[in-house]
Amino acid sequence: MTVLSNRARAARASGPARTPRRLDGAQTRAAWVLIAPFLLIFAAMFLAPLLYSAYLSLFTSQLVGGEVFSGLANYVRALQDPSFWAGLGRVGLFLFIQVPIMLVASIGFALALDSKRVRGGKVARLLIFVPYAVPSVVATLMWGYLYGTDFGLITQIFQALGLQAPDLLSPQNILGSTMNIVCWEFIGYNMIILYAALRAVPEDIYEAAEIDGAGQFRVAWSIKLPAIRQALLLTLIFSIIGSFQLFNEPNLLANIAPNSIGTDFTPNLYAYNVAFRNQEINYAAAIAFLLGIIIMIVSFVVQTAANRKERQA
Amino acid sequence: MKFRNTALALASGATALALLLSGCSASGGTTDSTKPVTQAEIDKAMNTPTTLNFWTWVPDIQNEVNLFEKKYPKIKVKVVNTTGGAQHYPKLRAALKAGKGVPDVAQMEYDYIPSFTQTKSLLNLEPYGADKLKSEYVDWVWNQVSNSSGVWGIPQDSGPLGTLYRDDIFKQAGLSGAPATWDDFAKAAAAVKSKTGSYITDLPGNDMFQMISFFWQAGAKPFSYDGKKTVGVDLDSATNQKVVSYWQDLIDKNLVATDPDFTDAYYQGLAQNKYASWLVAAWGPVFLQGTVKSTSGKWRAGDIPQWTAGANVSGNWGGSSDAVMAATKNPIAAYELAKFINNDEASTVMLANKQFLFPTTNATLTDPKFVDQKSEFYGGQQVNKFFAGVSSTVDKKFEWLPYMDYVNSSYTNTLGKAIANHGDLKAALAQWQQQVVSYGKQQGFTVK
Repeated sequence: MTVLSNRARAARASGPARTPRRLDGAQTRAAWVLIAPFLLIFAAMFLAPLLYSAYLSLFTSQLVGGEVFSGLANYVRALQDPSFWAGLGRVGLFLFIQVPIMLVASIGFALALDSKRVRGGKVARLLIFVPYAVPSVVATLMWGYLYGTDFGLITQIFQALGLQAPDLLSPQNILGSTMNIVCWEFIGYNMIILYAALRAVPEDIYEAAEIDGAGQFRVAWSIKLPAIRQALLLTLIFSIIGSFQLFNEPNLLANIAPNSIGTDFTPNLYAYNVAFRNQEINYAAAIAFLLGIIIMIVSFVVQTAANRKERQA
Repeated sequence: MKFRNTALALASGATALALLLSGCSASGGTTDSTKPVTQAEIDKAMNTPTTLNFWTWVPDIQNEVNLFEKKYPKIKVKVVNTTGGAQHYPKLRAALKAGKGVPDVAQMEYDYIPSFTQTKSLLNLEPYGADKLKSEYVDWVWNQVSNSSGVWGIPQDSGPLGTLYRDDIFKQAGLSGAPATWDDFAKAAAAVKSKTGSYITDLPGNDMFQMISFFWQAGAKPFSYDGKKTVGVDLDSATNQKVVSYWQDLIDKNLVATDPDFTDAYYQGLAQNKYASWLVAAWGPVFLQGTVKSTSGKWRAGDIPQWTAGANVSGNWGGSSDAVMAATKNPIAAYELAKFINNDEASTVMLANKQFLFPTTNATLTDPKFVDQKSEFYGGQQVNKFFAGVSSTVDKKFEWLPYMDYVNSSYTNTLGKAIANHGDLKAALAQWQQQVVSYGKQQGFTVK
């Protein structure tokens, strides 16, 4: 990813010097032939389902009376649906609390590993990354057992210390418990992206900084962090999208803590339940679409804000 | 492996297409087939080479299917294990919606039948001879698969409600057996809590069917459906209010646990004396035997507590039938399969003794091979005989709505949530009623 962004920067730098050469007919044809396989699969696997669900979302179906065209009625209903907003609020909260914690931890680990002062750096890197290799389903089930109210490991530790164990699966705590699982899963993943970006920073800059008398923290703050801006932005955008699309973890935790996770815990879970439990596929399509639009807007805002800041800097 | 799956999918797609194409003529045939099928027609159908698709999640049902194939060698049955209701019904609805790949015979829980008759997806089995089977089944079970317009499935198993209790904990609390009335149960709950530290039982907030079994036992009729466009919702009735108020009292006094059931923590609770009893259906005994082996010999089965002293009324929790899908090309053979599995003596005894499905036929419920078994786990008690007795006391008439999926998810968000959070159950019951009514209206039903 960093390679890409570096190259993009290089291209931007040398941009004005190059004038795009015109392609002749044969080349144009060859280009189309070469990208045709991609375009075909893209159209069949991505555009077609997208268009189909957009189409579905414009109808209303009833158990009695069947399907009728209803225009944007489903969207209006979703915008007025407290369940949809409750789910959105929950993932919003998740975004504001979990994502900063996770990214700060990832940056910390990446900087620590990059400082070369950590002994056994390779082993540490692997250990931090390993949770990402555990499928999220397994991770959630595992944490679910650890959280268990009566016989979970965490409860047992508290009891051994003679303390009152918190109910980590209660309705009040379940969001925090979910954040913990997601942090555990993704800190290593984000760390690897950031660490790779750090490795791409030329060594001579550090040497120059050292000659100028900059300490490790100054180097980290003034050189390393600005150098990995693009990678940071990337992890941030991925995390935002990931938060909005939260599904696996709550869906599995719902089996362990059925009364803490309602059918509308996250917008994705709500869309799923509306489609397959309430049998309102059209309405579910509208919810999914609306969620997609919201994710696009938020991602766009974050990216523009970050880029504007970069231009100013 | 992957290739084989693809090939299989293509092949089944092709057969489904063929089914669909020929379906046009077949469906014309089924609409006027209200007159009874003759024996000659049955003989002809059962001697014609046919392949039937059968969707179910009963483990090892192939054994019963083998008996069927032995009797009718021309008929081949392809069993698809759909692994459970949560996967079964969405898959079935998807096939129905697509109009292809619909099986001939499908497992159908009683509470799901109206949802599929509403979409006219089930075949009325009356003309195929199902009306003659009525007397062979327990009457309340038969009411679950039939209504005034037809018979929609052949009953497979049922779940009359009883009390499974820990004899050792009860004795320690000074109790001699299962409490006879709900008042006694509340007193017993206090005794168990103070003398042993255990909860007398668990009231799960995630399990609508547990609550409905209590409603059923109390004589409530929360749902009705005329088979067309009119549904009745009476969840917030005086009877149901009485039931939830009763539990509210026990919850407020911290005499019952409110843990979700069928979770890991729940099994641990059963094994580690957290709960002293389980108010459960006839399938419960075998279920316990499998999950909490360490407590073997300490359990006993008793009647469910009564609302009126001296009465003997039970409710039901769970149970399935096998239904024939209206889209089938082979209605006669499909019906014969559904009937054989759940009516043939060898097959029903096998279902009862090997798969532990609690029987629905009078013959199996009195068959010594089933009722005379003694269970070590229950200290040598003849648990099957006991529950066979309970089956005859289940309140006879109980209907379902054609959208129980929604009723269920609404329950977890209302009454279930109130149970888990120790909130106001009566208010939550009213909220549940209101949600179920408004969903019904939104779906175009007339709600009484």
